[in-house]
Amino acid sequence: MTSKTLDGWEIVIGLEVHAELATATKLFSSAQNVFGGEPNTNIDPVSLGLPGSLPVLNQKAVELAIRVGLALNCRVQRSVFARKNYFYPDMPKAYQISQFDLPINEGGWLELPDGQRIGIERAHLEEDTGKSSHVGGGGRIHEADYSLVDYNRAGVPLIEIVGAPDLRSAEEARSYVSELRSILVAIGASDGKMEEGSMRVDCNVSVRPEGSEEFGTRCEVKNINSLRSLGRAIEYEAQRQVDIITSGQEVEQQTRHWDEADGRTHTLRSKEEAFDYRYFSEPDLVPLDPSPEWITEIQESLPELPRQRRINLSEAAGITPQEATLVVERNLDEFAIAAIEKGADPTRVLVHLENNLADGIGELTIESFAGLISLETSGDLSATQAKTVLADLADKGGDPKEIAAHHGFEAMDTSELETLIEGILADHPEDWTAFVEGDPEERKKKSGFFVGQVMKMTKGQADGKIVNDILLHRAEN
Amino acid sequence: MTVQETVLAIQKGEMKAQEVLESHLKTIQDREEEINAFNLVMTEEAIKEAEKIDSLVAEGKNPGPLTGIPVAVKDNICTQGIPTTCSSNILAGWLPPYDATIVERLRDAGAVIVGKTNLDEFAMGASTENSAFGPTRNPLDTTRVPGGSSGGSAAAVAAGFTPLAIGSDTGGSIRQPAALCGVVGVKPTYGRVSRYGLVAFASSLDQIGPFAETVADAALLLEVISGHDPLDTTSIPEPPLDLSSALTQGVEGLRIGVIDELSGGAIEGISDDVLACLEKAVEALTSAGAIVERTSVPSTVYGLSAYYVIAPAEASSNLARYDGVRFGPRVDAKTTSEMMVATRTAGFGDEVKRRIMLGTYALSAGYYDAYYGKSQKVRTLIMNDFAAAYEKFDLLLSPTAPTTAFPLGDKTEDPLQMYLQDICTISSNLAGHPAMSVPFGQGTDGLPVGIQVLAPATDEHTMFRAGAILEASNQGQS
Repeated sequence: MTSKTLDGWEIVIGLEVHAELATATKLFSSAQNVFGGEPNTNIDPVSLGLPGSLPVLNQKAVELAIRVGLALNCRVQRSVFARKNYFYPDMPKAYQISQFDLPINEGGWLELPDGQRIGIERAHLEEDTGKSSHVGGGGRIHEADYSLVDYNRAGVPLIEIVGAPDLRSAEEARSYVSELRSILVAIGASDGKMEEGSMRVDCNVSVRPEGSEEFGTRCEVKNINSLRSLGRAIEYEAQRQVDIITSGQEVEQQTRHWDEADGRTHTLRSKEEAFDYRYFSEPDLVPLDPSPEWITEIQESLPELPRQRRINLSEAAGITPQEATLVVERNLDEFAIAAIEKGADPTRVLVHLENNLADGIGELTIESFAGLISLETSGDLSATQAKTVLADLADKGGDPKEIAAHHGFEAMDTSELETLIEGILADHPEDWTAFVEGDPEERKKKSGFFVGQVMKMTKGQADGKIVNDILLHRAEN
Repeated sequence: MTVQETVLAIQKGEMKAQEVLESHLKTIQDREEEINAFNLVMTEEAIKEAEKIDSLVAEGKNPGPLTGIPVAVKDNICTQGIPTTCSSNILAGWLPPYDATIVERLRDAGAVIVGKTNLDEFAMGASTENSAFGPTRNPLDTTRVPGGSSGGSAAAVAAGFTPLAIGSDTGGSIRQPAALCGVVGVKPTYGRVSRYGLVAFASSLDQIGPFAETVADAALLLEVISGHDPLDTTSIPEPPLDLSSALTQGVEGLRIGVIDELSGGAIEGISDDVLACLEKAVEALTSAGAIVERTSVPSTVYGLSAYYVIAPAEASSNLARYDGVRFGPRVDAKTTSEMMVATRTAGFGDEVKRRIMLGTYALSAGYYDAYYGKSQKVRTLIMNDFAAAYEKFDLLLSPTAPTTAFPLGDKTEDPLQMYLQDICTISSNLAGHPAMSVPFGQGTDGLPVGIQVLAPATDEHTMFRAGAILEASNQGQS
């Protein structure tokens, strides 16, 4: 935390993540589960809660829920559906079918890339609600002229993953959500798209003096739609609570609403106004009791999870698992390992995959990638030239040598380079002295300056590494 | 003529489905104004259906086991494009976009659906007086109630409007009106008949079942509507029932226990007339070779109390969807929640509101354990007591209702007296077991008495064996 006033305070965060499961149909009926679509087209008597309709559990949704449970190291158990009762126009039956005291998955953990384990209390199945939109009055319900409801989303299967209050900073919370998303995507349970609302985060935040063992009073923050707003909301909310406590007041347990526009959280309802959901077992559904054989079958069908993939890449590339995070997140780890196995320099492999292939590998093959890196490490191509060739390879494919030749990239003669550098040093004597006499830090700075000059004069054709070698050689002689 | 005889006559071309329908429509025309059994008589649709049946027969096809038989369906069962009101203003004008599974099965069996019958609003009541369409009257004495909540269906069969009718039974809503109207009524095992398309009152107790003039006709109708339905997860994964052999098998050697608590024992208020008929029923079964003894099912005395927590609790949730947002009438107001309150205040009748409040309270934080939780324990206790009784007996026996049909208005001011009408029937719903009411004898008022045969889960077959004997013996006496 950079903010001064949070010094001496610890933030305690527990996240509840709702993810839409990637099924073809809804949790309790054969209506389509697809994002978008004309309002009220993916509906049927069950998703509208019409009188007389009954829910029938979607087996695929159960399978995906079990996949989530196993991937999060939970106990998969006999479970019971329950009705959560409250009135709201986008809730067709005025109750949500969820799970309450007996969830399908209980008691697991998720490991962050830095190795910390965050507890998973439960991951249960439930149905999504419809969506209200308020017309007129700036889109707020209280001032609206009228409201419209779209039930396309009503009944879409959700898994609600309730994390333990083990997170201690906005950074950790983002890392948790990002890791969870990677897992859900890897196991095919959800597309994890926060921007489309297929993954939604509610955040419980409290603060306590550093060293304290007791939890402070928490507030639940809703309406967080991106990783960025998750971090902002936590920092804002923690600061708000610390300000309340340091001014001698007490934090009130509340549900709060994150407003992206003004960067604040606002009271939605207090503890006294909290709903009494009057949970009871759903009589229209029988208990769900997956057989041990089925669970084993699902366990065996799970792909390697991001955590293991980070370890695999770290071993292949000689880096820490945490350093492998980005490449694994981009799903390029297998590609990276294959290129390294073909003899490509691991550092260059990672640099390119992390920085130079933001739009994916396209037409790039393992062979052309490894070939390119070998041209680079042999000094035939400068880093800048390699980047240009890489972009072409990703775009259209082909042979790296031919593409380099086509661009007229040829390694500069070292003597040519020597002459060029000599001229530059003569033009900047003070910088050169600073380089020669400077500590390693200063040297680094100045070498950056000189390399930049060389690149400018050669239009990026020179190899930065060779320029550096020449500078060092001259300084020491 | 029994239903089976009529079916055969139509299939052989000796009679036409249209003639059968016409004669029933004529009876309806004559007495419906007085009885008010129907919320809707589907004359045009029924005539078209009957014509279709006749042309199928003319083509040499077999339209099914109910070929051309007029059937009345309780108005809490969905019929596509045809009003389904639950006798409530809150569903006024609503047209279901789909048929209930049992409606499909009736049509597939060649039945002709003649109309939607009156009921206590959302099946909450025992007299069919709590209806937005006005009360139904007992065809045997129109100053009296037909019982309820399926009073319209019971009256339709008793008045000869249709030989068969469909009802629903949550705490006795088929058996009690069957008893009061002198017809046969069956509540099958929970899950025997699909609930898909039955507008829910209390989902864990609701069960659809048949009304008929005879035990054999009731068996035929139950066979048609029973059997697994993938659209109802709680339906039993078994094929339709075959009850034909039960009707002639007799009761020789069957062990039958008379539930002491409901037969002059712990529970008061069972009339002497009714108890006298029960005695005669015991004699009849004994002389047919059954071994009949009195037995105790102690927790049945708590059944009513548990029921009036569990059923309203589920109802409070099931009826929450009537909020004016998606269907039914809407009373406009300034905000959404005010609109919902206004719509529900205007749309529901008093008894429904009473039970919603009761159920909401029973499920509330801080009260759940004391009410809902405890009632579920009583329910388990009742199941255990039944299980113990069925170790010694094949069937159990009791009166169906405490009295014969009572006058209209008699109990409308006293809900508790009305609730007591279900004292003998409720435990079967809590246990999920089958039970049927068969007319047996009369009270001193000349009105029919019903005897209830109870069976363990899924054993409708043995239950019908006793039902057939009671019917034969009753006809022998009268």
